[in-house]
Amino acid sequence: MIEVADLRKSYGRFDAVSGVSFTVGRGEILGFLGPNGAGKTTTMRILTGFMAATSGRATVAGYDVFKSPLEAKRSLGYLPEVPPVYPDLDVTSYLDFCARIKGVPSADRKAKIDRAIEKARLGDVRHKLIGRLSKGFRQRVGIAQAILADPPVLILDEPTAGLDPQQIIETRDLIKSLGGDHTIILSTHILPEVSMTCNRVVIISKGKVVAEDTPENLTARLSSKGAVRLEVRAETRDAFDALRDVEGIVTVNPRGSSSGNTVLELQAEDGVDIRAAAARAIVNANIDLLSLSQVSLSLEDVFLELTTKDAVAISEVAPAKPPIFTPIAATEAPPLPPAVTPAQDAEAKESN
Amino acid sequence: MSTFTNIGAIVRKEWQHYFGSPIAYAALFTWNALFSVFFLFALNYFLEASMNPGGGMGGPPKPNINEWIFRPTLMNMAVVVLFVTPMLTMRLFAEEQRQGTWELLATSAITDWQIVLGKFFGAASVLALMIATSLLNFVVVFAYAEPKPEWKPVLTGALALLLMGCCFIALGAFLSTLTKNQIVAGILSFCLFLGIWTLSWLDNPMSSDPIKALAYLGVTGHMEDMVKGVIDSKDVIFYLSFIGFGLFLTQQSVESRRWRE
Repeated sequence: MIEVADLRKSYGRFDAVSGVSFTVGRGEILGFLGPNGAGKTTTMRILTGFMAATSGRATVAGYDVFKSPLEAKRSLGYLPEVPPVYPDLDVTSYLDFCARIKGVPSADRKAKIDRAIEKARLGDVRHKLIGRLSKGFRQRVGIAQAILADPPVLILDEPTAGLDPQQIIETRDLIKSLGGDHTIILSTHILPEVSMTCNRVVIISKGKVVAEDTPENLTARLSSKGAVRLEVRAETRDAFDALRDVEGIVTVNPRGSSSGNTVLELQAEDGVDIRAAAARAIVNANIDLLSLSQVSLSLEDVFLELTTKDAVAISEVAPAKPPIFTPIAATEAPPLPPAVTPAQDAEAKESN
Repeated sequence: MSTFTNIGAIVRKEWQHYFGSPIAYAALFTWNALFSVFFLFALNYFLEASMNPGGGMGGPPKPNINEWIFRPTLMNMAVVVLFVTPMLTMRLFAEEQRQGTWELLATSAITDWQIVLGKFFGAASVLALMIATSLLNFVVVFAYAEPKPEWKPVLTGALALLLMGCCFIALGAFLSTLTKNQIVAGILSFCLFLGIWTLSWLDNPMSSDPIKALAYLGVTGHMEDMVKGVIDSKDVIFYLSFIGFGLFLTQQSVESRRWRE
């Protein structure tokens, strides 16, 4: 339904989008992820015909957005970043205007407006001026506008921005219920949203696609590199010593310590379960083991891995911190690890 | 078909903006208040002149109502058009840009020309309403004057006012596409309209040809014949091409946004 091929948009020497390609099949919900300034909004604006691309091709429902813009626009509904509402109109007359310019036949107009109001749950405010509505309601008016003409393709730029948690859940359910009949692209930086609503994710950074897969596959590809998190009652250095001879551990990273307790994250070799061995080693060294858990990488980690570095393939993703302690190679006593301060701790979390 | 419904949808929405805000009422009030003041002055002059002795034999001819009341009032209102049209045009495109609603218009199945024409007719119809309501002032004269004054020059004069106002509206719409700030658009429009207005002052028998050509662009000069009741096709063509040029600039500016954004 949507095809984007080698799309580019440059402003002078700055490339906002440099060679983005992806396709979205009928009924699919595609999550468009990326940090601010990655080129999400620009790509969406090109797809909707709001702005022209420097080069490349984009088709919506079979229509080239540059060659037959009107047909392409007729088959899509678009919610921009800022809901495009007139504060001096009330909800119903706003939607009535939208229906007219979207070419909804006058016989269907009332039914379609009622349906959009019902789906976006705007029944209570349908005769209120949009300027008097809260941000959350305005966002819903924007969504109602996008789904109004029941177009086959929906492009939603951060549909849950500015909503309260209850509304976010409702909006996600709405989007999910629209999938199947509609092809949807939604951009967001709220990651759980993607795992909850989308069939597929495109991660974009600095104007390039850095990953494209299902949310499950993306996390799975990194969780084979799963880490184990340990909390022990010992100094960092003692814990290091205890773990030195455990086979299968690649790195040990301190993740903070307070009042004699230390948290460590152990990176295992691929496919090796080190939990039992690590626990045994700690206990044998006469250290109290407070907790031990498998850290499965969330989409957040995948996202940060992919977008904070320069376009790396997932298979090449290396631990963000250089190994502090490599038991197999170490012949001498390892250097004393630096005392972990909260600032460093925060840094470590960020770079991971 | 859909061209007209699209343009109609925009006109309808513009009316909702005009009448949902104080703009239309302020414009209608200013216009009608000034109209009645000018009308009253003209009426007074006329009454004074007709009281003058010697209206009978040998003296100057009896003052004519069309010449003494209607014509000066309509010509004075041309100045008011200059003040009122920026009020109508300044927000046309600037406000859409600022609110982000331009994104709705630009991504709906409606062409730039339809948007531009819809907005133009929206503003022009408010001006037409202003002119129409103010003509009610003249009803008194038609009711009591004997012999009846001519009504045709009143209509052609009103048409001249409307055409001249539409020139400003087309140009004002263009200026409104250049900025997100409607105040800036309003000030720019007013200054430009004033500049165009003063062009007609250049017209005198002594001036050289290039100056005369410049004076020809002054929009008020083309009103004079029409207010007298004579519709000269060269004046109508002048106004229509001026409007067309303004709308063309507007459409070009709107379209170029797709590349500028």
